[in-house]
Amino acid sequence: MSAEITTHLPVTEADAAHVKRIWKAFWVLLILTIIELALGLTIYYIEMNPDYSNLLVLMIKGVICILTLAKAFYIISIFMHLGDEVRQFILTLALPATLFIWFITAFIADGASFRNLRNTDAGSRIYVQPKEFHNVPLEAPAEKKEKKLD
Amino acid sequence: METAIAQTKTKMWAGGRSPFNVSYGKMMMWFFLMSDSFTFGAFLISYGSIRFSLNHWVDHNYVFNEFPFTEAHLPLAFVSLMTFILIFSSVTMVLAVHDGHKMNQKGVEKWLFLTILGGLAFLGCQAYEWTGLITGQHEVLVNGVIEHWGTTVSHNPWGPMVMHNGHLVATPGPVAFGGYFFGITGFHGFHVFTGVIVNLVMLIKTKRGDFAKRGHYEMIEKAGLYWHFVDLVWVFVFLCFYLI
Repeated sequence: MSAEITTHLPVTEADAAHVKRIWKAFWVLLILTIIELALGLTIYYIEMNPDYSNLLVLMIKGVICILTLAKAFYIISIFMHLGDEVRQFILTLALPATLFIWFITAFIADGASFRNLRNTDAGSRIYVQPKEFHNVPLEAPAEKKEKKLD
Repeated sequence: METAIAQTKTKMWAGGRSPFNVSYGKMMMWFFLMSDSFTFGAFLISYGSIRFSLNHWVDHNYVFNEFPFTEAHLPLAFVSLMTFILIFSSVTMVLAVHDGHKMNQKGVEKWLFLTILGGLAFLGCQAYEWTGLITGQHEVLVNGVIEHWGTTVSHNPWGPMVMHNGHLVATPGPVAFGGYFFGITGFHGFHVFTGVIVNLVMLIKTKRGDFAKRGHYEMIEKAGLYWHFVDLVWVFVFLCFYLI
């Protein structure tokens, strides 16, 4: 009994390969996260320009979402070992999850419709987007410690 | 060909065995995680729906740019650290499960301990984030008067900027932000907290030799599934609140 417990090094080759697979997944997740952060910061700098392209920002956000789905796939398949299970069992989880596609689409569309109705008074007038201030300087640290001035 | 398939089918569903080659406990944990993912999904999707229904939402690059022990303003930096901590604790959890397969009690103890530390570190970071938001003092122009607001479930100082006496100042933003942010991250943080408790119980049972006596470490696997789910939810919370 004690001989089994004191073993710390990988016992077999398959074992070592398995550990390697786990660390490989970790690095993939880390790199995907760093790419997402880089894209997030890219959006931040794009939005500093008052005439930024909405479509470009939307495309980058789409890429970020796809990368997140890839991360989710890695975590579920390799960390949670769902990838190693029987195919029919995977389907009992994957098929109901496809409901999310409708779920997300329907409710985001609903939200957009609310905004449209609110802006146009239920379709009774045309909506003109007001001019907004975009390139706002970041709050300097000193400002936070200042007492009320006005 | 058909007879072979028919034979395998009857073998799988003929009774006396698990058709999916998976234990009852593990399967039920998966089904629970499915239900929990719909709960979190519902929260996040409702957040998306309300956010899309408004012309103006908060700019996350300005709300979340504090980093502890520094005065620097680094958008996304602190939350990246939190994500890294949780992913790392997920890896240590997988390694704990892996050592459980090999009946390596010492290995399981080591990796479980590191997972618990990661969970506690994440909770500490989340507490810091919440405190910073709630006790923050941000200039807001309310009815012509400058007030100083923190971000709470009833106050949102991150609204559209206007010119006032020659400089830009914020007006109150959509009040829904506080409820959604604190509600969803709080619900997630509660899951992390219960996950840490479960892992602590697993560590104690491992140290006592309960699993060695049982002959298998499947309980650690089930706890691992829950912990990975917590990490997975964080990936999506991070996406919705901080990235897009």
